[in-house]
Amino acid sequence: MAAIARPLCIALGLTLLWQCIVWVTGAPKFILPGPGLVIDALLDQLPLLLRHAGVTLAEILLGLTFGVILGLFSALSLITWGGLRRWLMPVLVISQAIPVFALAPVLMLWLGYGMASKIAMATLIIYFPVTAACFDGLRRTPTNYLKLARTLGASWQAQLIQIRLPAALPAFGSGLRVAASVAPIGAVVGEWVGSSTGLGYLMLNANARMQVDLMFAALLVLALIAVSLYFLIDWLARLLVPWQSDTLNTPLSGSGRNR
Amino acid sequence: MDIRLENASLHWQQHCVFSGLNLELPAGQWTSILGQSGVGKSSLLQLLCGIADDADVSGTILCSDGRPLSGRVAWMAQDDLLLPWLSVLDNVLLCARLSRDRVSTEQREYGHYLLAQVGLGAKADVLPKQLSGGQRQRAALARTLFQDRPLVCMDEPFSALDAINRLRLQDLAAQLLADRSVLMITHDPLEALRLSDRVLVLQGSPARLSRPILPLGATPRSVRDGPLLQQQGELLALLAGEVA
Repeated sequence: MAAIARPLCIALGLTLLWQCIVWVTGAPKFILPGPGLVIDALLDQLPLLLRHAGVTLAEILLGLTFGVILGLFSALSLITWGGLRRWLMPVLVISQAIPVFALAPVLMLWLGYGMASKIAMATLIIYFPVTAACFDGLRRTPTNYLKLARTLGASWQAQLIQIRLPAALPAFGSGLRVAASVAPIGAVVGEWVGSSTGLGYLMLNANARMQVDLMFAALLVLALIAVSLYFLIDWLARLLVPWQSDTLNTPLSGSGRNR
Repeated sequence: MDIRLENASLHWQQHCVFSGLNLELPAGQWTSILGQSGVGKSSLLQLLCGIADDADVSGTILCSDGRPLSGRVAWMAQDDLLLPWLSVLDNVLLCARLSRDRVSTEQREYGHYLLAQVGLGAKADVLPKQLSGGQRQRAALARTLFQDRPLVCMDEPFSALDAINRLRLQDLAAQLLADRSVLMITHDPLEALRLSDRVLVLQGSPARLSRPILPLGATPRSVRDGPLLQQQGELLALLAGEVA
């Protein structure tokens, strides 16, 4: 019950706050439309919004898939070939130091205005967090697990697949969560720089035509996608590590009060 | 198979912890090494297991059958080292799971049999986090037995347990490891005297091994055994004498 009531309460509270700001400041509707207007626009333009949302969602999901696969692969290569680490690590850090926003026009030039450049943006923005998280997880295997595996006569591959990889799953889960929360940024920035479909395009277009209510409706849909994606990934990441128990809900004080 | 470790030395930050150390492990006997922390007991044990990579330790290992010792030692640490993502049974079968071949039905049955032997027959399919500390160490003992190696090296295996659980596990280990060569490292003189055929003390700077103490009677010895308690007192005094 609380699982449904709480998000509903938060949504209602935020909407109320939004409406209050509109009332208090008396902002005209082309600056800040009230929630009612935005909901109207959302329902009016639902087919249009859904069409663009579908494109953006596909970009996010494909970017997420490629980024995670690429990151996982890089982390495995880094752990497998020690020499590679010295060469690849600086490249990785540089790739992260250049803002993806600055790369967007170049990607547009190379990959065109279609979905490919947006997928590349999303992939690029999550590549580093996933690689770093996986690599950290893989190299922080408790040494005694590895020693035990050695006394058991395990080959190097067996140690990697049966000891290092499972031990790295919690770290991989954290990488996935970060990836899920930043992948939408990559896709939308890509759409801003140049595109003819997607929620980012719709927002820019609506803004230029002073359809601020439509812009907010698109923003709402985007937020909904990002939040659902995060919770979905969070749920999947928990499924990956059934042996780990959360300590978040344990009482902080000694009295052990149950909530 | 008798095992002999010759001329072992350990250095820690340019400081010699021990050198020229010789250790005999007669076949089928339970040898214990007592000593304080930092005297190099664990490094000595890990040298025999072939896993002493964080210490500057060396020595020559000779087996009476002339073959190398590597791959013929089972290691049991203070921490049970059960992998949290595998069920208790799969942890026991870890040796077979890590090899190239698939786990056979006979191995599975043997795993179940060993779990029943250590009193965990009903816990085969649960995750290690659902076991108590004593049960976890029992599972680790079953994993060690499954390996079926000629030499078993135990590094303070029962030190994390409460007194009652420790006594029970000592009895169980003595019964199940009866005819194997065992090397056990421990802080606890009573534990060493209850279980061992030979007790050695490693102490001094640089550290040296004492002459073996040979407790009498069949293991596991009772904690009410008079001569045993007498020896425990003497050993404690010997160990504590260093500090004073």
